[in-house]
Amino acid sequence: MTTPILMPALSPTMTEGTISKWHKVEGDEVAAGDLLAEIETDKATMELEAVEEGILGTILKPEGSEGIPVNETIAIMLTDGEDTSHLNAYVESSSSEVGDENQTPADLVEPQVLPKPGSDSKKPQTDANLRKFASPLARRAASDAGIDLTNIVGSGPHGRVVKRDLEAAIATKTPQVNGTVIGHSEVSVPTVVSTENMVPAPLKRTPGENFTEIPHSNMRMVIADRLTKSSNEIPHFFLTIECEIERLLEMRKDLNNRAPEGEGSYKLSVNDFVVRAVALAIKKVPMVNVSWTDKAMRQLNNIDISIAVATEGGLITPIIRNADRKGLTEISIETKMLANKARDGKLTPEEYQGGSFTISNLGMYGVKEFSAIINQPQSCILAVGAGEKRAVVKKDTLSIATMMSCTLSVDHRAVDGALGAQYLQALKSLIEDPLTMIL
Amino acid sequence: MAENVFDTIIIGSGPGGYVTAIRAAQLGMKTAILEREHLGGICLNWGCIPTKALLRTAEIYRYIQHADDFGLSVSDVSFDINKIIERSRSVAKQLSSGVAYLLKKNSVEVLEGHGKLVGNGKIIVEKNDNTVSELAAKYIILATGARARSLPKIEPDGKLIWTYKEAMVPDVMPKSLLVIGSGAIGIEFASFYRTLGVDVTVVELLTRILPIEDEEISQLAQKAFVSQGMNILTSATVTALKKGEDNVTATITTEGNSIETTFDRVIIAVGITGNVENLGLDATNVLVDHNHIKIDKWGKTNEPGVFAIGDVVGPPWLAHKATHEGIMCIEKIAGMPNIHPLDTRRIPGCTYCHPQVASVGLTEAIAIEKGYKVNVGRFPFTGNGKAIALGEPDGLVKTIFDSSTGELLGAHMIGAEVTELIQGYSIAKSMETTEIELMETIFPHPTLSEMIHESVLDAYGRVIHF
Repeated sequence: MTTPILMPALSPTMTEGTISKWHKVEGDEVAAGDLLAEIETDKATMELEAVEEGILGTILKPEGSEGIPVNETIAIMLTDGEDTSHLNAYVESSSSEVGDENQTPADLVEPQVLPKPGSDSKKPQTDANLRKFASPLARRAASDAGIDLTNIVGSGPHGRVVKRDLEAAIATKTPQVNGTVIGHSEVSVPTVVSTENMVPAPLKRTPGENFTEIPHSNMRMVIADRLTKSSNEIPHFFLTIECEIERLLEMRKDLNNRAPEGEGSYKLSVNDFVVRAVALAIKKVPMVNVSWTDKAMRQLNNIDISIAVATEGGLITPIIRNADRKGLTEISIETKMLANKARDGKLTPEEYQGGSFTISNLGMYGVKEFSAIINQPQSCILAVGAGEKRAVVKKDTLSIATMMSCTLSVDHRAVDGALGAQYLQALKSLIEDPLTMIL
Repeated sequence: MAENVFDTIIIGSGPGGYVTAIRAAQLGMKTAILEREHLGGICLNWGCIPTKALLRTAEIYRYIQHADDFGLSVSDVSFDINKIIERSRSVAKQLSSGVAYLLKKNSVEVLEGHGKLVGNGKIIVEKNDNTVSELAAKYIILATGARARSLPKIEPDGKLIWTYKEAMVPDVMPKSLLVIGSGAIGIEFASFYRTLGVDVTVVELLTRILPIEDEEISQLAQKAFVSQGMNILTSATVTALKKGEDNVTATITTEGNSIETTFDRVIIAVGITGNVENLGLDATNVLVDHNHIKIDKWGKTNEPGVFAIGDVVGPPWLAHKATHEGIMCIEKIAGMPNIHPLDTRRIPGCTYCHPQVASVGLTEAIAIEKGYKVNVGRFPFTGNGKAIALGEPDGLVKTIFDSSTGELLGAHMIGAEVTELIQGYSIAKSMETTEIELMETIFPHPTLSEMIHESVLDAYGRVIHF
């Protein structure tokens, strides 16, 4: 039989995609899970994996085809050992406007996805027309496991999500997208899971062995996958800079003393200053606000700062959008809100998917300095250490100052050493002269 | 010979075969079906349908016997077994000709004779051991069904020792009857003959009758049958049958004690065995295990292009299982998307004895054995207005949910009309409803179906009428 491979919708806002690379050629045998192609969207390049085994029949959209609407057929797979004669039948029948009454069995192929490509597929879809059909049992299982149903392909009638789809999604933990795609390398962050699910599930004790097996949570698997991928793929290098934060601390104290009671109250943290400084420094050195793709460098237009938050189940990075345009109190309030939501497992995907630059701060644990793994497909992550009194040499005199070490991990494909250093300089001057941050 | 080449040939026209043939034709395939005896197979001709006609007679007879309870006076009630059989046969005949019509309407070529595979997608058709034609097809679907299994030393002879077939068309009414085996077939005949006044003894090897049902249902059924005057021996075996002139002496062993009892007739209902013989399977790679054809989840045998469905591939031996499996198989062959293998947990089972028994999904014991934490609800017929009005106060509706997900794991019913009620649970299972949707469903009052609602409520401590 023939199975059409469709342009997948890789994010709720995606309406069209570009085929940046085919990893298989016509006639190649394909096993389920094989990488078929790379699809470029407005956000990122993602991998298209085969869901079924078979033979890649005809590629309808060659490499470099741009602006292919979601759900348009991009290739045909032959499964169950059919020969290629079925292909012509398929291509003809799908290209004719009106369905052929005398269908042969091989023609009885329907796309495996729900949303029909239509005139309105170019418009951004609203939640209302994205209604996901799912069985009550599947809905409950999804909510129990903290899985977003919109990412799951339904195998029930008319693409309805049923129990087995949830079980498969939980088992493979990688969210599936419309019919053919698995493996995300979405911008952002682990596609995550509510805190209920993070509580270690049944502990398995193996008699005679001195360990206890704790099954992986969904979140743990995603973190493992993404960080391994990042660590393997990105040529990381690290730049450390010391910032004196005496003035920042004074200003913080001063501003916090001015905070009103009740309505409009705030309490700024050192991290809030760092977020703002990082954003403003990006504005000064926008070349670090980039994302590497095989074909081109993406210069990102927005300065969206991801903040690493530790939760019981693992790491998640909610985002302060357009942080360069937000004041300290706004950043402070938003950060607290997002961190609380993260710990309760209540972040919505928009709140953690995307982001252009990540900050990871372990200062509160007394860590002096460390280096972090880049949050793909971003190019930089800033590891912020603890502010502490250190002996420093000022004007040839040994004196005491409160210092904070910041280490920038950089994707060398996208950002060179000098550029990274330039960025850190800009960051240091903002942190050490915090009044400039207020401007 | 061009006209003898088909896309699909189906061997056997039971509820698996003929439905598959119609579906194949709907999918645009040139289809033929081979039948050596009657269109409709055992189900229509010697199984489900004619027995339901017999049991309907028994039901009406029972009503009339209880006419006084309903304020009616009926006297001198009697029956004519020949007329009862005649009605049963005419029902079967009507439906069999209905199948012929449906096949014709869908342009399925109906071929009479015995089909035999000769390899490479070819079949020869035999009549009276002579080859009458040769056929070829891209896809061959074996739907040859099954027949009664016999036990060593306990062979049916068709005169004194019956299978279901003779039991359906008795030449005389026996005064006493031994039924060996208490599955659906055995129990339905036991119920029919008992209602018509025959002294019936049922012997079951296992510890309870209707052994595949939920234990609680088996117990209630046994209690009901015993109160109707049936003699039931469980954990018992028939070790020998000695045929007399017009009777049979059976040696029945229970817990080491053997007794000899004489019955007019014996029905053997100890399961069935697949019709795998003389199909030419040796000429192919089709594998047979314990008299059933081995298939994968899509009905594929080990021989390319050869598929098998229904009773011949194994239990549950149910017409609706064969039908569903056949459709799944042919749609998969046709390359339709979103085809799923048969999920046996969704196959309901019905036994049309009095009281009726129906179930779908896991029994309570199996659910627990599989590690589920369960919520179990029960609702008795005595709590239901319609049941009381019908004069059917005996029965139970039992519902089993997975406590952690609300998944409907199983439902088990005994009592009036439960065979018609079970589909509610079947739909709920295929829709994957949880207890919440069932609780939110409005059931019409007064109906027996309200017991489904109450049983669901009871599983969560919310039952109203009990």
